[in-house]
Amino acid sequence: MLSVDHEQALRFRGERARLEGLSPGQAAPMLREIAQQLRRDDLRMIHRARLGHIGGDYSVIDILVTLYAAVLHVDPADPLAPERDRLVLSKGHTAGALYATLAYCGFFPRRELETFAEAGSPLNGHPNRVKVPGVETSTGPLGHGFPVAVGIALSARLQRSHRRTFVVLGDGELQEGSNWEAAMTAAHYGLSSLFAVVDRNRLQQGARTEETKALEPLADKWASFGWEVREVDGHDHAQLLDSFRRQGTARPVCVIAHTVKGKGVSFMEDRVEWHHKVPSDEELELALRELSA
Amino acid sequence: MSQQAQAAVLHDCRKTFADTLIALAREDERIVAVCNDSVGSSNLTGFKAEFPDRMVNVGIAEQDLVGVGAGLANGGLIPFVSAAAPFLTGRALEQIKADIAYSQARVVLCGQSPGFSYGELGPTHHSIEDLSWLRAVADLPVIVPADPLQTAQAVRWAAANPGPCYLRIPRTPVPDVTPPGSPFQQGKALRLTDGDDVTLIATGTMVSRALQAAESLRAEGIAARVLNVAFVEPLDTASVLQAAAETKGIVVAEEATVTGGLGAAVAALTAQHRPAHLRLLGVPRAFAPTGSTAFLLEYFGLTAVDIAAAARDIMAHARQ
Repeated sequence: MLSVDHEQALRFRGERARLEGLSPGQAAPMLREIAQQLRRDDLRMIHRARLGHIGGDYSVIDILVTLYAAVLHVDPADPLAPERDRLVLSKGHTAGALYATLAYCGFFPRRELETFAEAGSPLNGHPNRVKVPGVETSTGPLGHGFPVAVGIALSARLQRSHRRTFVVLGDGELQEGSNWEAAMTAAHYGLSSLFAVVDRNRLQQGARTEETKALEPLADKWASFGWEVREVDGHDHAQLLDSFRRQGTARPVCVIAHTVKGKGVSFMEDRVEWHHKVPSDEELELALRELSA
Repeated sequence: MSQQAQAAVLHDCRKTFADTLIALAREDERIVAVCNDSVGSSNLTGFKAEFPDRMVNVGIAEQDLVGVGAGLANGGLIPFVSAAAPFLTGRALEQIKADIAYSQARVVLCGQSPGFSYGELGPTHHSIEDLSWLRAVADLPVIVPADPLQTAQAVRWAAANPGPCYLRIPRTPVPDVTPPGSPFQQGKALRLTDGDDVTLIATGTMVSRALQAAESLRAEGIAARVLNVAFVEPLDTASVLQAAAETKGIVVAEEATVTGGLGAAVAALTAQHRPAHLRLLGVPRAFAPTGSTAFLLEYFGLTAVDIAAAARDIMAHARQ
């Protein structure tokens, strides 16, 4: 069982407190720096393990960093605190990005990332709630996280709690019907504390979403399901932070984050093969150089 | 009152389920009910009237139903997720696996109208596969109460248990079979009659039929041991192996497919540790013809007469 890295958790709390007082524009450079560091951590994990989903990790990581570093009220030393905010990563195949972020927060020591996908490691290819502190529900099969997040938000409403719930969805994942069941439920119950963040990188495993089974007009779909829709550049930390900080109306909020799969490494960006390709030694060096610039 | 007179009085376990749930909800505000437009068929009208805010209806959406249940549990509540068993376990099987069992979400999955309860509505509405499906999922107790007393015990056990479970609530009326004061423990079968000739292992609606079969066998001089197995998972392996050692064979009866339910569990256990003469009564890999619940139970050989016949067959085989 993994447990808190107290030193890192202390550092995280300090950074979290500093970011809290900054405007989105002021916070953005710090968030960008954290995200680039986590991209490097993630890349090394995947290179070492010889498996992972680097493309989706890099499209979602700015969203995860913004949420954990500057929005969510979570305590790595008390990962099950009843009043914590919740984040559900429904696109569980991007576990690498989540693990790197949780380690940054101090939910477990960063050196544990080296065990990713090793025999017996708690860091499975998809996140497990029982083994990894900070993981709210086990995900991997697509279309699972959103209904769970709706249940979490409903629990907050029943308990008259102000805690917030965020669910991060892949765009291809929206082809699963269970998401739309959940979208209807959230709107019906007026779950205004619930944010669904769509990582709109426009690629799925085999091809572009619009070639596979078109999602557009996506914003209209969410709006017609009763959601308030906000569209942002999913790699612009200021825009992301602003959209997460702004309170909604009586409706749940959908943030469509326009992203690029493989963002940050020129030869991976918007390339379908980098969905789960593993970098060679040479590609690792090239990518690390770009991510350090 | 004689046993036969007792057997004549039939009860609806759904009412006990609902009454117990309401009683528990009065004691513990964490208890909530979640349904899929099934307030009536889950017998939750009374719960809704008393606790309107604690009754979550997700509409006709079973994947959402189970996921929402897992989320409510994440928030510290104790959700009883209730739906017709075929749709709860079939439509949402992957949610049960990933969101409930693998995540160890404290959710009580309540399968209503299981087995052949829906009779003439046909195989789409029968839930005979649920025991096979859910036995294949790790870390998920599978509980089938046999009468109102056990239903109340099962509901209370499930509410107090820190992990998830599946409760299969009988709809077909059943007589009382559990002696008052009987324990209800995870992984423990209840021995209802003693006997060293043959063992009758039954679950749910089949328990009263096994007792009837034991009565008729006794009249013929055959002493049948009857075990009521409410916990299909985890199985009471000690009691089953003891029966395999002490009696000439075992008849298993369940209102479910024989491919992976209680009979399959008993067969796998005894085959490896204490080979025994077995007769597995249940539904073969076949879709049912049109017919009422009573007709279908008879059609598939799930009556007291069939159970007794299987026991006699074992005795005859053992004499050879």
